[in-house]
Amino acid sequence: MEIVKIVGLAIVAVVLIVVIRQQRPELAVQLSIIVGAVIFTMMLGKINSVISLMQELARRSNVSTLYMGTILKIVGVAYIAEFGAQICRDAGESAVASKIEFAAKVIVIVLAIPIIAAVFDFLLKLLP
Amino acid sequence: MDTDLIFQLAGISIVITVIYTVLKQAGRDEFAFSTLLLGIVVVLAMVIPKIANLFETVRSVFRIY
Repeated sequence: MEIVKIVGLAIVAVVLIVVIRQQRPELAVQLSIIVGAVIFTMMLGKINSVISLMQELARRSNVSTLYMGTILKIVGVAYIAEFGAQICRDAGESAVASKIEFAAKVIVIVLAIPIIAAVFDFLLKLLP
Repeated sequence: MDTDLIFQLAGISIVITVIYTVLKQAGRDEFAFSTLLLGIVVVLAMVIPKIANLFETVRSVFRIY
């Protein structure tokens, strides 16, 4: 019942954050950052096993590791960008948050270029 | 996991808030503001290694090099 522990921790932390946010919003932001980090590190073991299972399946069905690696990278970049953007939005700085999301989109496109090139070559080979 | 870190930080920030308001009532605004800054720096010093650790683990889990 991992979820019960997490939800309980989150609710207690949110109550503390609301208490602190009235007087000192800058401390409340740091507290919410820490709560997000702790909850994610709790889930890391499960994510790790899911990823190694996916890589095992990909290796068995001899999908090239380039595609799996790129997908994993994009998921990681997206998660970190989402983490940062959400914290900035909580602190009221939605301009900064949208800049972070813009940068994340650019990075993801750059990561996806090899796959796009591979698909394009494949299509060219198909056409007569 | 390090849930106690969350409660430590909450305790520190509540203590800082109380000290700030007490000093403000006592009329010494500049002293209050400097203790507030000190408190924020202390909390930040505890938060930043955690975030660095989080990003490092994310980097290793998602194989981002």
